[in-house]
Amino acid sequence: MNSPTREAVPAVESGQPHVADTAGSARKSVWAQRWLLSPAVLSLLLWSVVPLLMTIYFSVTRYNLLSPDESGFVGLDNYRFLWSDPSFLPSIFNTLLLTGAVLLISVVGGVLLAVLFDQEFFGRGIARLLVIAPFFVMPTVSALIWKNMLLHPVYGLLAAAMHALGLQPIDWLGQYPMFSIIMIVSWQWLPFAFLILLTAIQSLDPEQKEAAQIDGAGPFSMFFYIVLPHLKRAIGVVVMIETIFLLSIFAEIYTTTAGGPGTATTTLSFLIYSMGLQQFDVGMASTGGILAVVLANIVSVFLVRMLASNLKGENEQ
Amino acid sequence: MSVAHSRLRYGITTAVAWSLAILVFFPIFWMMITAFKTEEQAYQLSVIFQPTLQSFREVFARSDYLSFAGNSIAISLGVTVLSLLLAIPAAYSMAFFPGPRTQKILLWMMSTKMMPSVGVLLPVYLLWKNSGLLDTVSGLIIIYTLINLPIAVWMAFTYFCEVPKEILEAARIDGANTWQEIIHLLLPMSLPGLASTGLLLLILSWNEAFWSINLSSSHAAPLTVFIASYSSPEGLFWAKLSAASLLAVAPIMVLGWLAQKQLVRGLTFGAVK
Repeated sequence: MNSPTREAVPAVESGQPHVADTAGSARKSVWAQRWLLSPAVLSLLLWSVVPLLMTIYFSVTRYNLLSPDESGFVGLDNYRFLWSDPSFLPSIFNTLLLTGAVLLISVVGGVLLAVLFDQEFFGRGIARLLVIAPFFVMPTVSALIWKNMLLHPVYGLLAAAMHALGLQPIDWLGQYPMFSIIMIVSWQWLPFAFLILLTAIQSLDPEQKEAAQIDGAGPFSMFFYIVLPHLKRAIGVVVMIETIFLLSIFAEIYTTTAGGPGTATTTLSFLIYSMGLQQFDVGMASTGGILAVVLANIVSVFLVRMLASNLKGENEQ
Repeated sequence: MSVAHSRLRYGITTAVAWSLAILVFFPIFWMMITAFKTEEQAYQLSVIFQPTLQSFREVFARSDYLSFAGNSIAISLGVTVLSLLLAIPAAYSMAFFPGPRTQKILLWMMSTKMMPSVGVLLPVYLLWKNSGLLDTVSGLIIIYTLINLPIAVWMAFTYFCEVPKEILEAARIDGANTWQEIIHLLLPMSLPGLASTGLLLLILSWNEAFWSINLSSSHAAPLTVFIASYSSPEGLFWAKLSAASLLAVAPIMVLGWLAQKQLVRGLTFGAVK
């Protein structure tokens, strides 16, 4: 935390190669290296190859657990059926909307909160604990607390508050389902962005800030020319990690709307779950799975490009 | 800047920051106080009431809460131990015997996290079903370990890189073998780092809810699944929902608070410290 790192992969560079004393110990250490790495590498290799190959295989087969006698190779039929499924395109749109909206809210909110919490104020340590707390709440708990106790159209706290103000209570999950899900998921992930960004902001050299102040930089130019560039890498990391998790949000939807009303909150994850484990159509669900992998790869290639160019700019400074 | 000005600024910052902190924390606060109400009091939305442990007693009495909690504990501890057992040797070899491919291997490990779980849901479900791993604690331990192994290796690796290599070299020259070197020197020297790696694994596996919902139903179901069963209509028993939730969330929140700085490092693969 005290020493800001600037390398793209910080620790790798510091792992300098060993200078072996003799040829014998060099050979021995190479052996030790291979041998000790193998359990972790082998298990991850199996994990990243076998299930994916099976998904690809299932996606070109007719395979429904409810009608086991109908099976066999069907080529791209599943892909065609999935494409014409009325919930498919909405599910892609919903997945991207949820991911994009939560990313935007958590990064912008996280930066602003981090700047605020970088100032001295009374009880800062305790206040910080309160802000990061939602990140440690398990997804099913946060979804149900929001759904039943806060957003409930009749008994919920928000309904009571609106009554008190003389307004008509809103059926949040019924009328604005996607907005409500975005709200719940942002509540979980804003604290994560805040925690990472606050740590990053606190590694900013105070001398640099002082120098800028002496040069007459106001709060705005300070933010845009000193703080924001310093946060670039941390923002990149937050975007990357949140994207991985947000693209496969599942439990929050499973416990609140179950994808509804209609397809309003059906994400790709939920669609695949319902095809596979509710309708037992392994073939179609696997086809959806392949598309989820493709989508994640498109998004991550896009992200990595964007981040790489950002980081490159930073390293050249 | 005058003293009055800076005092005013301090006051305003305190007010704004605390209002926001309270707003963010409010749902948790609300859950905490509702847990100590009766079901009737819960609907009165008041903060002034006679606290009672009735809901906790009912959660314990009416559902097999302890078996869910036991599963959560067994799974999290199992994942933590197994991941560390796999990650420590791998990180050791990469940190102290890096080869030309070390960086590529590390990046590849991280890239396995890019694969969305749902992409392999069906094969895993069928494999687990056919090998009798469905709805077993060990089945969930295996899958959580595979998911979290890249994080464990990365974290252990960044901590090992901070250990002075000369000490390990000296021991090697004195004739220590690899295991002696790891167990008697490396582990004690990097204990705080490994402890926070373990803590992060514990938190992540305690809160995981995709695989637990899909791969367990009753026998091996952890607390995430138990709470999901309150989905409806039992979810309207607010006091019991809150009591059960509070019990499920409190221990991990305390651990998270204690480890917040180390978590940043683990969750960002060492990129932000």
